[in-house]
Amino acid sequence: MPVTILYFAHVRELVGLSSESVHLPPDIHTVADLADWLAKRSDGHAAAFVDPSRLRVALDQIMSCFDQPLDGALEIAFFPPVTGG
Amino acid sequence: MREVRIQFDDFDPGREQARLEAHGIGAIATFTGLVRGDDGVDQLHLEHYPGMTERTLEALCAEASARWSIDAVLLIHRVGPLAVGERIVFVGTASAHRASALEACAFLIDRLKTDAPFWKKERVSGQERWVEAKESDDAASNRWRSS
Repeated sequence: MPVTILYFAHVRELVGLSSESVHLPPDIHTVADLADWLAKRSDGHAAAFVDPSRLRVALDQIMSCFDQPLDGALEIAFFPPVTGG
Repeated sequence: MREVRIQFDDFDPGREQARLEAHGIGAIATFTGLVRGDDGVDQLHLEHYPGMTERTLEALCAEASARWSIDAVLLIHRVGPLAVGERIVFVGTASAHRASALEACAFLIDRLKTDAPFWKKERVSGQERWVEAKESDDAASNRWRSS
């Protein structure tokens, strides 16, 4: 099943896309696995994922962490630390 | 009343406070955040994550209602382009007593800043740059986690 990857703010600008639909290879288990795999898709992706410590991730709109399993999430979002309010 | 709104348009704090007062309880606390013109900033652009942002704010309102005895909570956050001096955010709480109203209001704005997916891009002399998250905001938010 395809999953939707969303990018926001600075990450969206670096990747050059606000969203993309991808089919995950079977060896992608955690958020970190996915980030490593996405980083190989283009120079923009590589730039966006160069320092995962500066990224945040949400699985199906719930905040998560890079060491967490994807656990069947269908909407995975990457973005910088938030700055609202 | 528990209401969360994300909107492009401005809001009227007086009108929103009157809606809280209509609940006829003893105390109303409100917070209004404005765009600051620090370091030559002349405009902000607010981006959010439609769906997750609303969900996060609803969850914070639910948490505030569970922790404090509040009868009404209203949270408004604007998105899109905003000039210096414009209103960005409004938090309002109503309770029988001031301590609950004030604490719930402070909790909501502190946690909103670190938990809700919004991002600010500022324009300084025609150059745009993304605003970096602040450690002082993390500290303000974390004080509500330990108690």
